[in-house]
Amino acid sequence: MSQIGSFALLLALALSTYSFLAGILALARPGPGSERLGETARRAGIATFAVVFLAAFILVISAFQDNFSIAYIFHHSNRDLPAPYKFATLWSGQEGSLPFWSLLLSAYGLVLRLRHKTDARLFAYASAIIAAVQIFFLLLLNFAAHPFALMQGELPADGAGLNPLLQYPEMVIHPPMLYLGYVGFTVPFAFALGALIMRYPGEKWIHITRRWTMVTWAFLTCGVFLGAHWAYSVLGWGGYWGWDPVENASLMPWLTGTAFLHSVMMQEKRGMLKMWNMWLIFATFWLAILGTFLTRSGIISSVHAFAQSSIGGWFKWFLVLTLVTFTFFFFKNKSHLRSEHKLESLISRESSFLFNNLLLLLACFTVLWGTWFPLISEYVQGNKVTVGPPFYNNVAIPVALLLLLLTAVGPLLAWRKTSVESLKRNFMWPALGAIAVGILMMVFGVRPWKDISYFYALMAAMLAALVGLTVTSEFIRGGRVIARHTGQNLLASMVHLFHRNTRRYGGYIVHFGVAVVIIGILGTPFNQDKEKEMGFGDKMTIGPYTLVCESYTQDDNPNYSNEWAIISVFRGDRKIETMYPERRFYKASQQPQTLPRIRSSYKEDLYLTYEGVNEATGRPIIKAHLNPLVMWIWVGVLIMIGGTVLALIPNAAPVRVTAPARIQAAPVGAGD
Amino acid sequence: MKMTDTNATFRRSLHVALLCLTVFAFLGASDEGARFNRLGHRLMCVCSCNQILLECNHVGCTYSDRMRGELMAGLDRGENDDLTLQDFVQKYGPTVLAAPTGTGFNRVAWIMPFLALVLGLLTTIFIVRAWRKRPALAAPGGVLPVSGAELEHFRTQARKDTQI
Repeated sequence: MSQIGSFALLLALALSTYSFLAGILALARPGPGSERLGETARRAGIATFAVVFLAAFILVISAFQDNFSIAYIFHHSNRDLPAPYKFATLWSGQEGSLPFWSLLLSAYGLVLRLRHKTDARLFAYASAIIAAVQIFFLLLLNFAAHPFALMQGELPADGAGLNPLLQYPEMVIHPPMLYLGYVGFTVPFAFALGALIMRYPGEKWIHITRRWTMVTWAFLTCGVFLGAHWAYSVLGWGGYWGWDPVENASLMPWLTGTAFLHSVMMQEKRGMLKMWNMWLIFATFWLAILGTFLTRSGIISSVHAFAQSSIGGWFKWFLVLTLVTFTFFFFKNKSHLRSEHKLESLISRESSFLFNNLLLLLACFTVLWGTWFPLISEYVQGNKVTVGPPFYNNVAIPVALLLLLLTAVGPLLAWRKTSVESLKRNFMWPALGAIAVGILMMVFGVRPWKDISYFYALMAAMLAALVGLTVTSEFIRGGRVIARHTGQNLLASMVHLFHRNTRRYGGYIVHFGVAVVIIGILGTPFNQDKEKEMGFGDKMTIGPYTLVCESYTQDDNPNYSNEWAIISVFRGDRKIETMYPERRFYKASQQPQTLPRIRSSYKEDLYLTYEGVNEATGRPIIKAHLNPLVMWIWVGVLIMIGGTVLALIPNAAPVRVTAPARIQAAPVGAGD
Repeated sequence: MKMTDTNATFRRSLHVALLCLTVFAFLGASDEGARFNRLGHRLMCVCSCNQILLECNHVGCTYSDRMRGELMAGLDRGENDDLTLQDFVQKYGPTVLAAPTGTGFNRVAWIMPFLALVLGLLTTIFIVRAWRKRPALAAPGGVLPVSGAELEHFRTQARKDTQI
């Protein structure tokens, strides 16, 4: 089996290399035979998918067959590992996750190559660029991190097991989502570079890649927040975002990708920011690779230490190579990327996009700077420093608040020019609503002078309200105009409105989701926690909850042994739930793991962890966290994903109006 | 006339709301913060778990309990925040602080993002000004009415720019 897998990887490398070289040759020397040569390159690219799929399939089957002769399977699986985690073995370690990356890239390449008739030449360029990226990953797989490397000496009876932190249902979907996002940005990048190389006329490449980019962005959003949810549910420290370098690595391409999604609209609508968009999509692709480099190289210490290895050097050279290649073609062909229009007014959708891009890039720079500063410090002053949450909270939060303000104001601005009067008129009620939210928060005890985090929470609440209200007012105002023309009720009119421009209104729903996420995050300064040794019948009170320890016990199964407490949760005199915070000891890996238990409600999460046992008394130590509003983060993410999916729906055909209609109300914004 | 009324209502409402905000903002005096909690969130656990001291729940951690005890002892001795943190730096090295200090080269960590913001803002303003100064396209001499594909192009563009 392992020999077939190894051969498949070699064959995939040969096919990718052929796809790249033949593709480039066919594009560089147009002639009678070039079309056929290009077609063979395309087919070789398609075949790459089949062969990489075979290699990945063999690796998964080997995990299910407990084939510990393969070193990767020995290190990341064991006989008693539950089936879903055996499947997840594919992306649980480096030598497995690289074929997975390669598989996803070849799958994206397959779709692209099957749709080549849309624009054969542009797709041929994109296909060759994807083949080049694929070559890099297959070189790694064949020569640096071989997934089918065999164990030396006597075969072990059982595997070393999967890292306990990874034995959680979300780990079966979080990495694939993140990878779909990371890898997916290769496609718009390939189209952008292809368009740059061939001096592609017009903005068609942006139309072609729009859906790719949105789908990829949705996957990355899912991946980032699933990671946050996993950290919250598994790591047991009561938080969801620790500004760990690897978390940061996933956030950076998300930020630049978000900037790209906004700024391409300027190119589509107004023929502006062409050079900027090229750099943005390159930066997004590049940061995705950088993120993988950070995860894999171990250059910066991280909680993701399970993925460290020595392949960092390969990534370093690949990063340099891509930067040099892109820079070369950019300067060679940049005259092709001149703006077609001028900016007519500072108060316009165009300038809001400019500032939106500035802030997103600044946020990305801040995260990048914070992630790399320990290394810079070591180089300059000889000692490392820690750049942790206090740094990011002080620097990134103000930027995030400014971004939230732009998210609120941007949709109210029209393309080209917006009058101050119209801005005031559209802004008045949302602004008053936001101020009312601020007043209410202070009435209910939020004192911004007590702590800077309370001030941030207050600002975030007001701005989130502003975003929510502007989005709502945009739907209502547009719905009213439609209702006046069609006689439909307001709700039906808003649905009609949405169908007329799904991208714009889907985008607003995403903005609304962002506001809901912010509401979830702003609960953080009000978190409480308590820790107590709890014997039978002992009580602990936190917020409105009283916790009573009913019992504590132990259990054992083939995969792990565990200790857990049985905690009754009372609210007032009423028992509302029984919770079982747990600590496991995994036998194969000989590693312990805390498993928190969470009771979520729209107001707060009660989060219990089994910290351990007091050796002297034998009684468990229970830590309780009360985290307000956390559920809204996950709800907000669902809204964001839903908005993105809705934005992918094609627009309904515009209704032709034969007789001129008198429109009394002001136009409702303009365009996306 | 209607616009003036709207403006006046807007101004009045804004003034009232801002007044309310100001009143609440200055109500009451600042509470004494929980210093232990605040300082504990400015320190890292040194067990290599990469977590804030008060958030470390690393199973079997041999450092966090001891460090929390030391922090509590420092506060009991009546040391100020700087002195308490300095004790930790001397004992565990500079990586025990969760963020760079505001001294020496570490200041660069804090300055750079704001410098980037200022540079970015200046660049954006420069770009905006350059774009606004760009001359409009000169109108051709004998203008003929557009028709056919060109007209359709303009119609498509207009629809894109003005669609609701």
